[in-house]
Amino acid sequence: MALLVIAEHDNKSLKSATLNTVAAASAIGGEIHVLVAGANAKPAAEAAAKVGGVAKVLLAEDAAYEHLLAEDLAALVVKLAPQYSHVLAPASAFGKNVMPRVAALLDVAQISDISGVVSPDTFIRPIYAGNALVTVQSEDKIKVITVRGTGFPAAPAEGGSASIETVPGAGSAGLSRYVGAELSKSERPELTSARVIVSGGRGMQSGDNFKLLESLADKLGAAVGASRAAVDAGFVPNDYQVGQTGKIVAPELYIAVGISGAIQHLAGMKDSKVIVAINKDEEAPIFQVADYGIVGDLFKIVPELDAELAKRQG
Amino acid sequence: MKVLVAVKRVIDYNVKIRVKADKTGVETANVKMSMNPFDEIGVEEAVRLKEAGTATEIVAVSMGPQACQETIRTALAMGADRGIHVLTEAELQPLAVAKLLKALCDKEQPRLAILGKQAIDDDSNQTGQMLAALLGWSQATFASKLKIEGEKALVTREIDGGLETVELKLPAVMTTDLRLNEPRYASLPNIMKAKKKPIDQVTPEALGVDVAPRLVILKTEEPPKRQGGKKVASVQELVDKLKNEARVI
Repeated sequence: MALLVIAEHDNKSLKSATLNTVAAASAIGGEIHVLVAGANAKPAAEAAAKVGGVAKVLLAEDAAYEHLLAEDLAALVVKLAPQYSHVLAPASAFGKNVMPRVAALLDVAQISDISGVVSPDTFIRPIYAGNALVTVQSEDKIKVITVRGTGFPAAPAEGGSASIETVPGAGSAGLSRYVGAELSKSERPELTSARVIVSGGRGMQSGDNFKLLESLADKLGAAVGASRAAVDAGFVPNDYQVGQTGKIVAPELYIAVGISGAIQHLAGMKDSKVIVAINKDEEAPIFQVADYGIVGDLFKIVPELDAELAKRQG
Repeated sequence: MKVLVAVKRVIDYNVKIRVKADKTGVETANVKMSMNPFDEIGVEEAVRLKEAGTATEIVAVSMGPQACQETIRTALAMGADRGIHVLTEAELQPLAVAKLLKALCDKEQPRLAILGKQAIDDDSNQTGQMLAALLGWSQATFASKLKIEGEKALVTREIDGGLETVELKLPAVMTTDLRLNEPRYASLPNIMKAKKKPIDQVTPEALGVDVAPRLVILKTEEPPKRQGGKKVASVQELVDKLKNEARVI
């Protein structure tokens, strides 16, 4: 039995979610192949070949895959899929976009966002914003799966020595065309792989006030996130959003500032190892999940915390 | 052009769900039900297209028991023109829903199908993409902006690193994200008017679709509870605890 992992990458390097997906494939068991479909994606394929547990990398180079459009990438995956028992991708915007298309073309169900593996055909996945967990069994011949990154510790990025095999691309069907992207530029770590996250909510009152959190984040080597309320209010861009319909994170330390703790936000961060909440409303639901809560005005507490960390760092 | 919107009846987003003691599922008896919030955004976008003169007719589709007609009525009150209800008591999984929608799209021939990016009950995030695949149409998921230009749709998508814009050949499937629009509340006169709008009823059998579930749900459980609730009195105490007790900084 062999499993195929669809790599998420930017042609130059692998996105970290790919490592968690390889780990999920390892938990299922079997020979792991990784598909790197891209344009000038050799560097990404070489990175995939080094990942611990990977037996073979399939490199499909085609101009059609430069931006990983779902229509064209799905057509390629569908061609390769019959040789595999499982096809997996991260449950990121990338994997969520492509994999259901693959599943439908194969006439199989997709098992979305798995957080655990019980056996090669049985998986655990959260529903209702993580307020319930279901154990599902798939009777389909090929299991098409998206993987919740926080459910599986990343496979080692180094140490493997897989072979790289070139496979032909399937070209473009011309259904859609990439026009452009506005990507947030940041020197800070990615939200989904950061060790520490500082997140702000409606209580921040403005986008400008997020500078307070950025300063704190820089002292902790943290990523900056936000609640849906802060994104909807236009304080920060959409890619900051942590929650049921945004990013799912589980850092070592999550500091929630001015976030009340709506169910849909908790769904995105309640698996963090340690949660700190700073909020002026002592009844805020965020305190029920926080390991350490401070009740008070964030505009006083955050600068104090910033100064205290600066002092201790000397 | 004709626009088809799919609307799902789900437990209202404000309800705190309860897992049944026998682990067979989530309690739905006597629980407030509403339209999936992402589908409301889909209906709103379709109505705006009609108000702008781009869409000529909006068909709202829902699937499931008789009560789904309420969800369709909500869409009609927001501005959809007519409804189609696929009546079934069977458990519908995303692939089956996509097949039923495909059968309806084959019949209705819309130029655009708008679906929510995910339903807040099963959080699957599959149906729109599956529908696009079955129809052989282009797709744009997680849309935050839509512009129709002749035979093309320009869609801005919310992706992990920011925003991406794609151009789709019509017909196409689009799934909505939160920032696409803010759905309107239906006015009382429009709610009254909606009662007179037609809803056709069909069955999966009549559409020739096998809706048998592919995934067997073995059990539904509550997630482990998090033990929180501790408070600290000062920033110094917090930093001490993070350093010496939790050892995370």
